[in-house]
Amino acid sequence: MIEKFKSMYGSGIEALTYVGQNYITVDRSLIPEILQILRKEEQFDYCVDLTAVHYPAREKQFDIVWVLYSFARNQRMRVTTRIADGETLASSVPIWATANWLEREVFDMFGIRFDGHPDMKRILLPDGWKGHPLRKDYSILQQDKEWVQINLGIESGQ
Amino acid sequence: MTDSNTSLSHLDLETDKTFLDANELVINMGPQHPATHGVLRVILRLDGEKVLGLECVIGYLHRGVEKIGEHRTYAMFNPYVDRMDYVAAVSNGLGYCETVEKLLNVEAPPRAQYVRVILTELNRIASHQLWLGTHALDIGAITPLFYTFRDREEILKIYEKYCGARLTTHAFRIGGLQYETYNGFEREVKNFLDFFRPKIDEYEELLTTNRIWVERTKNVGKITGEDCIALGVTGPVLRASGVKWDVRKAQPYANYKNFDFEIPIGENGDTYDRYLVRMAEMRQSVRIIEQAIDAIPEGPIMAKVPKVIKPAVGEVYHSIEAPKGELGYFIVSDGSTQPYRLRVRPPSFVNLQALDLMCRGQLVADVIAVIGTLDIVLGEVDR
Repeated sequence: MIEKFKSMYGSGIEALTYVGQNYITVDRSLIPEILQILRKEEQFDYCVDLTAVHYPAREKQFDIVWVLYSFARNQRMRVTTRIADGETLASSVPIWATANWLEREVFDMFGIRFDGHPDMKRILLPDGWKGHPLRKDYSILQQDKEWVQINLGIESGQ
Repeated sequence: MTDSNTSLSHLDLETDKTFLDANELVINMGPQHPATHGVLRVILRLDGEKVLGLECVIGYLHRGVEKIGEHRTYAMFNPYVDRMDYVAAVSNGLGYCETVEKLLNVEAPPRAQYVRVILTELNRIASHQLWLGTHALDIGAITPLFYTFRDREEILKIYEKYCGARLTTHAFRIGGLQYETYNGFEREVKNFLDFFRPKIDEYEELLTTNRIWVERTKNVGKITGEDCIALGVTGPVLRASGVKWDVRKAQPYANYKNFDFEIPIGENGDTYDRYLVRMAEMRQSVRIIEQAIDAIPEGPIMAKVPKVIKPAVGEVYHSIEAPKGELGYFIVSDGSTQPYRLRVRPPSFVNLQALDLMCRGQLVADVIAVIGTLDIVLGEVDR
């Protein structure tokens, strides 16, 4: 499978293994196509998880990670791509319905938008909240004081 | 609440006219509602008694567990995972410890593995008991609650004797176990099994052929196997829809491959089948514990793990079959003493997404049954 991808897309794909777990890093431009192929041709029919990792020192600040599983192959795989702050990705809701809430959570926590998502809004934090807590520049003690004061009627939540 | 979480814009409320015509009614349920098992808010769109669609509003219990994980050492974060799915704390701990062990490339010694399996399977029984009691209560059967809570207490007593805590147990450590089993542990677990086996029949006597129960659960909240897979639904819900998949069998962790057990599945994917699947799962858990309790080997309970845990740079995803479904941890290490990123893949969060699909076309009263049958814990949904 990996060889096939490599012959099709060349340097845009890199296959890696760590402690026995396989993952591929894919160029952002190839992501929609690769995910589609993984679902349709390679039978990765279950999107286990979708999340992001923030590396503020890098030029492309975010790693987006899809954890996939194939019932037919009984195989797990991760797909990773890098995007810069402010860049968007195509939503994978048409491919896996489960991506709906998972993408909303990534947006909520990291501020990464997914184009074509049916309902791109916050999911765990309130809609009016400012900031995306899982970014590394968001301090663990930080909170949206203004929101807390207006909505909870208290000086601080701490 | 004045936040715009209350926005109903996407529910296709075109005009006020819809309200006046009373064709479509929008009702708010929760977040403080006894049948939502915590603080879940559901916005229902109704046509008379029929549910046209719904939206879940979650996050009321959000504590930023993943953010906390980035600011604690690997060992310090261990007790926090108990507070996610607080009715299955032992399972959460097993998943976390195994993931860090994978990252460190160590394995818990055999004796620890056996004790872990016993405690985790006891936890599956406890979690299913709590589910059964509250789910039945929601639908109107009050008696099972008293039965299941009475019997669940016996499991909690074993936990308390083992590690001092009943619910948030912090039973496992990275690399194995902190505590040796107490004197008479094997005997007490065996006594529990003897005590519990007839109790499952007792529960079933109360419900399985009870006409009201059957009426309220058969053909309610149906979901097909394909929809489950598309929505990422796992655990008993997936299995009740006829998909024979369990992480313990598909990708065995701990030492589950040593034990002989079945994966119970259902046919119709309705609330009644999910009930049957969970009842059968309790019996299978009893079977696993029976095999494990007689086979606990002698030996150390802790692998050689450095005092200060500093995994090499790398990332790992590992998952286990928690009572509610696939519970996964994705940990990125940057070589320091704290995880660089710690992601929890909670089964309840993903399963809850199916609520909309399962409730469409059902009656309002069935929404309660479907929330119950999904077996969600809001502590895990919101983290």
